[in-house]
Amino acid sequence: MNSLTQNKDTANFLDAFKDFNGPGNGTLSGIRRDAIDSFSALGFPTTGNEEWKYTNVAPILKNTFHSASGTLTLSSDEIRPFCLTGKESIRLVFENGRFNQELSSIPEQSKGIIIANLALHCDHPIAKEHLAKHASYKQASFVALNTAFVNEGAFIYIPDNVVLEQEVHLMYVHDTRKTSVVVYPRNLIVTGKHSKVRIAESSHSLGEVHQGLINSVTEIIVGENASVEFDKVQNENATSNHISHTEVLQARNSVFSICTVTLGGNMVRNNLHIQLLDENCETHLNGLYITQKNQLVDNHTLVDHARPNCVSNELYKGILDDQSQGVFNGKVFVRQDAQKTNAYQSNKNILLSDDASINTKPQLEIFADDVKCSHGATTGKLDEEALFYLRSRGIGEKEAKAFLNIAFAADVINKINIAGLRDRLMPLIEAKLNKTEN
Amino acid sequence: MLHIKNLVAKIDSKQILNGLSLDVKPGEVHAIMGPNGSGKSTLASVLAGREEYEVISGEVSFLGEDLLEMSPEERARKGVFLAFQYPVEIPGVSNANFLKTALNEVRKANGKAPLDSKDFLLLMKERMKLVEMDKSMTQRSVNEGFSGGEKKRNEVFQMAMLEPLLSVMDETDSGLDIDALRIVANGVNALRNKERSFIVITHYQRLLEYIVPDFVHVLYNGRIVKSGPKELALELEAKGYDWIKEEMQAV
Repeated sequence: MNSLTQNKDTANFLDAFKDFNGPGNGTLSGIRRDAIDSFSALGFPTTGNEEWKYTNVAPILKNTFHSASGTLTLSSDEIRPFCLTGKESIRLVFENGRFNQELSSIPEQSKGIIIANLALHCDHPIAKEHLAKHASYKQASFVALNTAFVNEGAFIYIPDNVVLEQEVHLMYVHDTRKTSVVVYPRNLIVTGKHSKVRIAESSHSLGEVHQGLINSVTEIIVGENASVEFDKVQNENATSNHISHTEVLQARNSVFSICTVTLGGNMVRNNLHIQLLDENCETHLNGLYITQKNQLVDNHTLVDHARPNCVSNELYKGILDDQSQGVFNGKVFVRQDAQKTNAYQSNKNILLSDDASINTKPQLEIFADDVKCSHGATTGKLDEEALFYLRSRGIGEKEAKAFLNIAFAADVINKINIAGLRDRLMPLIEAKLNKTEN
Repeated sequence: MLHIKNLVAKIDSKQILNGLSLDVKPGEVHAIMGPNGSGKSTLASVLAGREEYEVISGEVSFLGEDLLEMSPEERARKGVFLAFQYPVEIPGVSNANFLKTALNEVRKANGKAPLDSKDFLLLMKERMKLVEMDKSMTQRSVNEGFSGGEKKRNEVFQMAMLEPLLSVMDETDSGLDIDALRIVANGVNALRNKERSFIVITHYQRLLEYIVPDFVHVLYNGRIVKSGPKELALELEAKGYDWIKEEMQAV
């Protein structure tokens, strides 16, 4: 690292760490100190860093943020619009990063299942085995910063052979009505052999007055023959910025699906790393971003095919309007040992305005010789022929455009297997796209 | 109903229509035939309002109003329908949802209340029979993965749902086998009445055995150069277009 690639605007955060007194025993506080040292050395990335070329975090860091304190004030009315529709799901609500027991809904669990606030389970052997062991805080400064402030978040443990029928909803609500807020959500999800679970994570904000900075890290360990779905929705306000890192490890014969849907937020950066550590894994990674005004949404994904006979399938789509910007960087590594790999990647974008832009970079690095890999990126305007077809049947231009955009977006949303999330998302997407008018 | 006078139109820098005139009265079926490149599809596109075609001069009025001033959707709402030569596939938009929106837009423009889902389904069920469509086609995305014949049936099905006053059929017979042709023609014939008019654009006389026209026009070099009764189509089929070209050159 040199001065071109690091930003030493770290003082506020280092000071805040001095006052921070997190949970856990000596091991965890050791990790925290290690992480803050790492963060201090790394600094924040600048646009001189290839990985952050299009996403400049410097303007955000100029704000002064407050860690949440005081009493919890959210009401059930305030979170109702964010809940999944339909049948009751297991719900964990975090208010400005802090667990809100009262608004959460966690039925008593049997069979050794744990669904709880991480802060209370830092000393659990499973947590000790995995927490901060996979998302590398030695290399990524936002991961380091999150790890230094490890505190609350979701801890989910699904033991061997357990199929969790109920879906789990992790709801993060950030209240920026009275003051600026910085939060460090941390999720740890560990699943045993032959287990199955579906989880939705959503981020929201209340008020559009003060700045918000969400720096979240999720580690997911998918056991042998297990099936895990983790969907991520980001719908914060225009004064919030969200940087997230999701690290996924897949064991033999496992299936993992993720759909990352970004509708709101001023600047959103998602890092998604998936490590296929053994044979016969299947991975589906999908994403949708709909941006307007000055939004910037940056998705960096990495699928690391380390072992043979795995399949990864990636589809990210974007609809960008006004002056908004999108970034897609999709890395796929196929290591020498990973023969018979099938890896597919596609990034499709619609630009609704001349000022909107997308930087898309597929990056395949293949060291095995018997593999099937493909990638493609398209960027264009709406299909004029389809638009004319709809209009020639009497549908107005604005509605016809919305029709086509909604269909484009629904293609991704339909890959989500949590019905209550899909049903919540479609009206939000329709509302956002219906405002879209050139 | 439709009155076209000295229509001159171009696409890019190429002038295709060179002073075309045509009158269509309520209830009439006009066939327009002609060799490749004579301007048949351009006429259909200009009537439907495709923006890439530029009208240089001439008039087109529909029910006394200037059609050329209207957007494609306004034309559709007034009762103009284009059956596409190449219907567009629209992934992710269900046929039924698309058609319900379109029908209710047309109804709204004509001062009628929108159909609710139940009435819409009933109407759809009835009109599907006209073109022997099965239910699964309405649930699929618009034209996505449809065979050539299914796409053309879907065009006539939409026509049957929207009940336009003027239907312009752009080579609806192209790519159809004899069974599909019969189904499509039966659909059109069921819609014929003394108010509704049709312009049937085709290369071949074959379609006109099923949809019997009141008039046949020959389009050549962007103008109608010959008009006659339905027997003219047979003559064209027997003699080809060369004699028209020769006649034109002789003049």
